[in-house]
Amino acid sequence: MVTDLLIKLALAGTVLFAVLNLAGIQTWVERKQSALMQDRVGANRAYFTVPWWLGGAPVNWLLRKLGGLGLLHPLADILKLLTKEDFIPATGNRVLHAIAPWLSVFFALIAFAAIPFGDRLMVCGRTIELQVAHLDAALLYVLALASIGTYGVILAGMASGSNLATLGGLRAASQMLAYEIALGVSLIGTIVWYGTLDLQQIIRLQGTSPLGWGFVAQPIGCLIFMTAALAETKRVPFDLPEGEPEIIGYFTEYSGMKFGLFFLTDFVETVLVASMTTVLFFGGWQVPWLPADAFSLNVMALLGVAAFTLKVAFFLWLFMAIRWTLPRFRYDQLMRLGWKVLFPLSIANIGITGIVRLVVR
Amino acid sequence: MSTLSEEFLRRIREAHTRRALSWGERIYLPAIAQGLWVTSVHFWRNLLLHLAHRLGLFRHIPASVTIQYPDQQRQTSPRLRTRHRLMQREDGTPRCVGCMLCETVCPAKCIYITPAEHPDPNIEKYAKSFDLDLGKCVYCGYCVEVCPEDAIRMDTQRHDIAAFSRDGMWLDIVELLHPGSKHPTDPPKKFVQLALEDFRQLKRERPT
Ligand code: SF4
Ligand code: SF4
Repeated sequence: MVTDLLIKLALAGTVLFAVLNLAGIQTWVERKQSALMQDRVGANRAYFTVPWWLGGAPVNWLLRKLGGLGLLHPLADILKLLTKEDFIPATGNRVLHAIAPWLSVFFALIAFAAIPFGDRLMVCGRTIELQVAHLDAALLYVLALASIGTYGVILAGMASGSNLATLGGLRAASQMLAYEIALGVSLIGTIVWYGTLDLQQIIRLQGTSPLGWGFVAQPIGCLIFMTAALAETKRVPFDLPEGEPEIIGYFTEYSGMKFGLFFLTDFVETVLVASMTTVLFFGGWQVPWLPADAFSLNVMALLGVAAFTLKVAFFLWLFMAIRWTLPRFRYDQLMRLGWKVLFPLSIANIGITGIVRLVVR
Repeated sequence: MSTLSEEFLRRIREAHTRRALSWGERIYLPAIAQGLWVTSVHFWRNLLLHLAHRLGLFRHIPASVTIQYPDQQRQTSPRLRTRHRLMQREDGTPRCVGCMLCETVCPAKCIYITPAEHPDPNIEKYAKSFDLDLGKCVYCGYCVEVCPEDAIRMDTQRHDIAAFSRDGMWLDIVELLHPGSKHPTDPPKKFVQLALEDFRQLKRERPT
């Protein structure tokens, strides 16, 4: 019993560690990748030195090199955010204002509990599923948490006591509602195809050959899911809720680390979306064309974790590239895309999938 | 005549009406793919070039258009109107003869000259003090154009002009004759008046 608990805690710790680090590194990737895409150099000035009793010259040399790569910028960011004044507007609701960012980030983080990041490990005769919470309805769980995350956004807008922030929150809510539905409905095709809500099971059914992966079976569903999921993360080209300088967003009245938490939520959600895309449509932890008995079980599981991480990293790169390539939608275009294009398409996808499924079977 | 303007109007109207998008354009995905292709090409090219630069290869192909400003300076054309300087005679005295043409022509009224008699009968006067308020200057270059003695030029190639106060933008005659002798944090000196011997002394201290 205690061992089970410890194993689960260790798994949860690993996932949390990986996700938060991925989110942190994304701030670096964002700066550097956009710089490279636009023929710039990108962040390369932040570094600090340590006194001699902490290592002195060799450590400083390393720090300068890391600073030159821009890797110390996230540290500078955090330092700045932590030391900034935490401002709550006089007309705002102090409690809700303080809770909102935590709500956002909390629900984004616990959604990872259901993401399977590897096959089974065998340690001391004990089978460990590489998934924090082995849920039968993991897919529903993730979708539900993604929806609850909207509350953080709306609360942030409402509790700020500023009309502009409220409008931003409402805009965010209507956008997330519009895309939430397309997101959920687009996944029904996948559920019909694999006949299960269990993410681990979905990955197993996809098999090792990329031809059997979800994006071959569900091309339309895959596209709709990726589009709607990008809209859920509220990043360019769907960043209307956040458009900080021009169309005031819901976190306008936030400063310091609370603002940082909203940013963290964005990055965590991007990781979540990348993981979900990988799991549902790109074979999860399946290593392409690797026969199931090539190595021992544990090596296979570790290879799977590596494959999963690589796939997620690729999608993070892709989403970042999309973010820095496309201009923002206009609000009516956004709504038209959500309600008039993605939603009917995803409904059609269910019908087509159903028929094809019947015929194939 | 009327047909021409009608034709012109029609063209303007045509240019302002939007062409209906074709089906392929409206599904938007090919355009996204194109855009991603363009940015990705830049990304991978620059990434590989940056890596190659680290290894010392292909240094002549720049991986970015950035000029790392304080460390690298942009090469500017010699014709660029940059910070002013006053020209010196061989002994270090200013070439300026105090004709006041530049002070008169200056549209920003930012030149302040005090002329003094020159002992040499061939030279009418010299500038005892010559001050220029860069905070007001609009870099029109009229002062350079108008000078009959080619005594003021704008060719120092200095454009890193910054100060901690408005007074810090003030250039006295020493700084104008010997650009770079005043540090940005030095307190500004205004209307410094120097005799001919002082100019010669300055030149001896700073043989440039
Ligand atoms: S450049 Fe123009 S504004 Fe500046 S000092 Fe010369 S004449 Fe005056
Ligand atoms: S125009 Fe030339 S010579 Fe005349 S006062 Fe100005 S700098 Fe001196």
